[in-house]
Amino acid sequence: MFNPSKIVGLPVSRIDGPLKVSGTAPYAAEHYEPGMLHGAIVLSAIATGKIRNIDTSKAEAVPGVVKIYTHENRPSAAWWDSKWQDSVAPPGSPFRPLEKPHIQFDGQPVTLVIAETYEAARDAASLVTVEYKAETPETNLHTVYPNAYEPKKKRSGIQPPPKPRGEPEEAFAGAAYRISAEYVMEGEHHNPMELFATTVLWESDQQLTVHDKTQGSQASRDYICNIFGLDPDDVVVKNAYVGGAFGQGLRPKHQLFLAVMASLDLKRSVKVEMSRQEMFALTWRPSSLQTVSLAADADGMLQSVMHHAVQATSRYEDYQEVVVNWSGLAYKCDNAKLTYELAQVDMSTPGDMRAPGAATGVLALESAMDELATEIGMDPLDLRVKNFIHFDQNGDKQLTSKALHACYREGAEAFGWSERSAAPRSMRDGHDLVGWGMATGFWEAGMAPAEAKVRYAIDGKVTVSAAATDIGTGTYTILAQLGAEAFDVPIEAVHVAIADSTLPTTGVEGGSWTAASTGSAVQIAAEAVKATLLDMAQDMENSPLGKAKPEEVVIRDGRLVLDVNSQVGIALSDILASKQLSSVEEPGKAGPDMLQMRKFVSYTHSAVFVEVKIDEQLGVIRVTRVVSAIGAGRILNPKTARSQILGGIVMGIGMALHEESMIDHRTGRIMNHNLAEYHVPAHADISDLEVIFVDEHDDKASPIGVKGLGEIGIVGVAAAVANAIYHATGTRFRHFPITIDKILESQLKHA
Amino acid sequence: MKQFSYIRAEDVAGAVAALSADPQARLLAGGTNLVDLMKYDVMSPATVIDINRLPLKDIETLEDGSLRIGALVSNAALAYDPTVIDRFPLLASALLAGASPQLRNAATTGGNLLQRTRCYYFYDPSSPCNKREPGSGCGAIGGVNRIHAILGTSASCIATHPSDMCVALAALDAVVEVEGPDGRRDIPFLDFHRLPGDEPQYDNTLAPDEMVVAIRLHPDHFAANHSYLKIRDRLSYAFALVSVAAAIDMKDGAIVDIRVALGGVAHKPWRNPLAEAECAGKPADEATFRQLAQRLLAGAQGQGGNDFKIPMAERTIIRALTQAASGTPQVQSEKAIR
Repeated sequence: MFNPSKIVGLPVSRIDGPLKVSGTAPYAAEHYEPGMLHGAIVLSAIATGKIRNIDTSKAEAVPGVVKIYTHENRPSAAWWDSKWQDSVAPPGSPFRPLEKPHIQFDGQPVTLVIAETYEAARDAASLVTVEYKAETPETNLHTVYPNAYEPKKKRSGIQPPPKPRGEPEEAFAGAAYRISAEYVMEGEHHNPMELFATTVLWESDQQLTVHDKTQGSQASRDYICNIFGLDPDDVVVKNAYVGGAFGQGLRPKHQLFLAVMASLDLKRSVKVEMSRQEMFALTWRPSSLQTVSLAADADGMLQSVMHHAVQATSRYEDYQEVVVNWSGLAYKCDNAKLTYELAQVDMSTPGDMRAPGAATGVLALESAMDELATEIGMDPLDLRVKNFIHFDQNGDKQLTSKALHACYREGAEAFGWSERSAAPRSMRDGHDLVGWGMATGFWEAGMAPAEAKVRYAIDGKVTVSAAATDIGTGTYTILAQLGAEAFDVPIEAVHVAIADSTLPTTGVEGGSWTAASTGSAVQIAAEAVKATLLDMAQDMENSPLGKAKPEEVVIRDGRLVLDVNSQVGIALSDILASKQLSSVEEPGKAGPDMLQMRKFVSYTHSAVFVEVKIDEQLGVIRVTRVVSAIGAGRILNPKTARSQILGGIVMGIGMALHEESMIDHRTGRIMNHNLAEYHVPAHADISDLEVIFVDEHDDKASPIGVKGLGEIGIVGVAAAVANAIYHATGTRFRHFPITIDKILESQLKHA
Repeated sequence: MKQFSYIRAEDVAGAVAALSADPQARLLAGGTNLVDLMKYDVMSPATVIDINRLPLKDIETLEDGSLRIGALVSNAALAYDPTVIDRFPLLASALLAGASPQLRNAATTGGNLLQRTRCYYFYDPSSPCNKREPGSGCGAIGGVNRIHAILGTSASCIATHPSDMCVALAALDAVVEVEGPDGRRDIPFLDFHRLPGDEPQYDNTLAPDEMVVAIRLHPDHFAANHSYLKIRDRLSYAFALVSVAAAIDMKDGAIVDIRVALGGVAHKPWRNPLAEAECAGKPADEATFRQLAQRLLAGAQGQGGNDFKIPMAERTIIRALTQAASGTPQVQSEKAIR
C-alpha cells in the first residue's frame, strides 16, 4: 500500500518547532481584537452545598466592568442533558455552569465577571462575596468504598470487563503459589502547561469564530451549537496550537461555555482564560482501590487472575475506564475474574488522562506480577516470558501483531538485566540501595473514523487538510511527511491545514488514534489524487501510461511514472495542464475495519526496565536509568515518536513518586492547587532514558501500519519503578505515589 | 488580584518615608513571592513601593573582614560571588539549593528574608488561616499538613519559613541591618524571625515602617567544615521538608564550635545555641552528632501528616554534620547525597 520510506520513517524535526520555541505560535488565549472583553471566573469555596447569596455590588462598581453573571441572571441555554453531552461524555448529567445555586465540587465556577480589561475583571472578581450553606462533603474513596456499584449505563467506547472464565476461585485455592494484594492510587490532575482558554470573535448573533484550547475543534463546535442552538455552519472553532492536554482537553471545559455565553449576550468578542487553580477543579485521573490475586503452578504458569477495581467518579456522571480488562489479556491464563465498580465522591467528574484505565490497572497487575515472581522465586522477566500469549483471551480474538518478545529481549539487553542479583537489598552503591525492576505495558491500538483532503497543485505544492489536532505530539509533522512522500516532494512543499472545525471530519485527538486514523485518511486521499491524475494522464493523447493500473504507477520527481520503469511517465504539471487545471484535490476516508475487528484486535506493547537508587538512611530516591522498549507497529517519525515515549516515561515516574492532588477531606477541597506544591518530576528527577522501537510489521492495525504512541509510553512505568523500589529496599509499596515519607518509614523499620 | 498604586523609591530614605506614610504598603524587590501572593489575593497592598533602584546591590568586605551584602543583591549574584564561594561556602550552597535559576536571578537577599510561608491554607483565601486573616483559625491543624512545622508551633499556626538562604544565615549568626524613620539598627539573625505564638500574622520583628538594607556576616567562619543538606519531595524545585545548615570549627578531631540550623521544621530557622555549646571539646563523631540532633529536636511534635519529619530531621542532621566533619559538603548540582 505504501512506498518504501523516503521521508516517512525519518527523524524529521517538528515543522511547528520554530514557531513554538520563538513564542510565535498563537495559543487559544493569544488572539486579540480591539474592543475585546475579558472574563474572570469566581470559584466556589466549598465542595458541596448551596449558594445562599452572591453580593456583586462592590464588583459592579469597579470601572470597566461590563456585566456579572451568576446563576440568578445567566442567559438560558439548552434544557436536555443530551444537548450538554459532548462527544466523549460518560453517562449522566453533565455539569452546567452557573445554572443552579447548588455546588457539586470544589472550585466550581459560581460567577463570571466580564470587563473591558483583564485587570478590571480580576479586580472585580476578587470583590465578589459569596455566602454558602455548606454541606459535609465526602471525597475519601476509602470511606465511600462500601457503596461501590457496577455502572448501569456503560460509557460509549469503554469495553466493560469480560465475563469470568474458567474457575478462578478454585484454581486460586489449589495453586502452588498465590499472592493477593491491594493497591491504592491517589487522584492526579493533568496540568498541561497551557491553561484552558477560549477567545470568541463575535461577528454576528449567529456567527462566531472561536479559538479554544481543546483536543477536538469539532467537538467544541458541536457542544456550543447544541447548547446555544447555533448552526454548525456558522460557528468555526480553531485550535491551531495546544500546549499539552493529556486528555484534559477531550471534553469541552466551562470557560468555552462562559465565553460563548457572554459573547452572544453582549454581542462582543470575549476571552476567558482559567487560572492554574481552576485546572484542579476539572477532569482528573480518578483515585482507585484495586485488589489483584494471582496464582501460579509449580512451574510458574498462571492458574488464576482476579482483579477488582473501584474508581472514584462524581455524583453526576458515571465516568468509566478500562482498568481491569488488561489483566485478562496480558498473559495466558484460563481462569480469570475481572470486576470494575465506581464509587461517588463530591468532586468534579474524572476524565481521561494519558492511558486512562491502563495506567491504573496495569500498575496494579504489574506490581502483582512482581510479587508473584518473588513468591515463586523466579526472575520477574522470566515469569512474564513464561506466560506470554499471542491471543486475546478476553475477546477470543487474534492479535494483529505482538512483538513483545522483542521488547523483552532488546530492553533487557540494553538495560543489562541479566546482571541483576535476585535478592532484595543485595545491590548497593555507597550510601545507596540499588534496585532494578521491570514491567510490561499494554494499550489498545485503535482507529477512529477520520476524513482528510489532499490537494496537489501545478507548482508542486501539496496541501493536506483534516480537522485533526496537534496537542504537541507531532501531528503537523507526520501528516506533512505522509504528504511529502506520496508526491515525492520535499517536506517544505507540504502545507498542513488542521485544527479547524470546517476541515474534514475527525474525532478528538485522544486514545493514540490520530496518527493511525488521520494519517491513513491522508494516505488514502493521496492515493485518490494519484488515481485521478492517472485517469487524466490516460485521457491524454498517446499517453505513455496507457492502461497502467493505479498500483503500477508512482510519483517521482514531479512525474507520474511506471513503478517498474520510471523512464515511462508524464510530468504532473503536463497532466494538470491538459485539463486546464491548476490543482487536483481528493478526499480520503479511513476507519476501523468492522469485518476484521470481529476476528482481530490490536494492542501496543512495551517492556520497561528501571533502576532506582535510594539513600538508605534518608529515603531519598532517584530514578537513575529507564529503558523502554516499544512495539507499536510502524514508526512514522522516530524523533517525535521518541519524544512521546520520553514524555510518557517522565509522567510515569511522576505517577510512581510525585503526583497527588491532596484533598482536605474535611472540606473536600484540593489544597496543593498550584505547580509549586503539586509535584511533577523536575529536570533533576530525570536521568538516563533510553527508548527502543522494536521491529513490528502490522498490516491490519491501520492502513498505514501505525498503531499509535500517545499512551503506551506511560503504561507500566510506575509499576517498574515500584518493583525497582522493592528490589532496592525489600519493602513492597502499594500506595501511590511512593513519596519520601513512605520510603523513610520502611527504612526505619529495617533499622 | 486587586488594583494597586505603584510608587518608585529613589533612595532608602524615600522608601522608608513611603512605608511610614502607609504601613500597609509593601516593598517590591524581585517580586518572586509578593507578585504571586497578590495574584492569589493573599496579599492585596493598596500601594506597592518599587525599591529596585536603590543602591543596595553591593557585596563589600568591611575593614574587620566581615561581609556586607546589600538587600538588593540577587540570590544568583550572591551564590556565585567569588568571595562568598571562598569564605562563606555554606551560604552559597544554601542559595543554590533553593528555587530555580530563573527565580534566583530575580529574587533578592532582603526579599528572601521576608518570603512568606508555603502553607496551603495561607495560600488559599477561601481557607481559614490565622496568618493571613487573624482570628479565622488554622486550616492546617487537622488538615493536609505534611509540609508543616514540628517545632515551635502554636495552637494558632503550624506554618514553616520556606527559605534555604536563611537557614545558612542563621547558622552563620548573620546580622540584619534595617532602616526606619529613626535611623538604622542591627537585628541578630536569630531574633529576626519569630515563632507564631498567638500572633502568627507577624513573620518577623521588623517594624511596619522599617526595611532591610543589608546582611552582615562575621569574618571567616566555617569555610572548611560545612554542609547544606536539603531533603525534599523531588530532587529540585521544591521547598525543604527538612534542611540542615551544618558548620563545624574543629581541632584535632574535636569540636571547637558547632552550628546547626534547621529549615522546613519551624516558623523560623531552628537553632539551639545552648546544645551547640555543650558539644565543645567533644569528638566530631556520630555519637556527638546524634546527641546534638536529639537536643535540637527535643519537644518536636508531629501533626499527623508530618510525623515523618522528626526521624527525617534527626537523620539529616547527622548526615549533614558527618559531611561537614569530613570536609565533603553536599554539592547542590549532585543528585546523590554524599
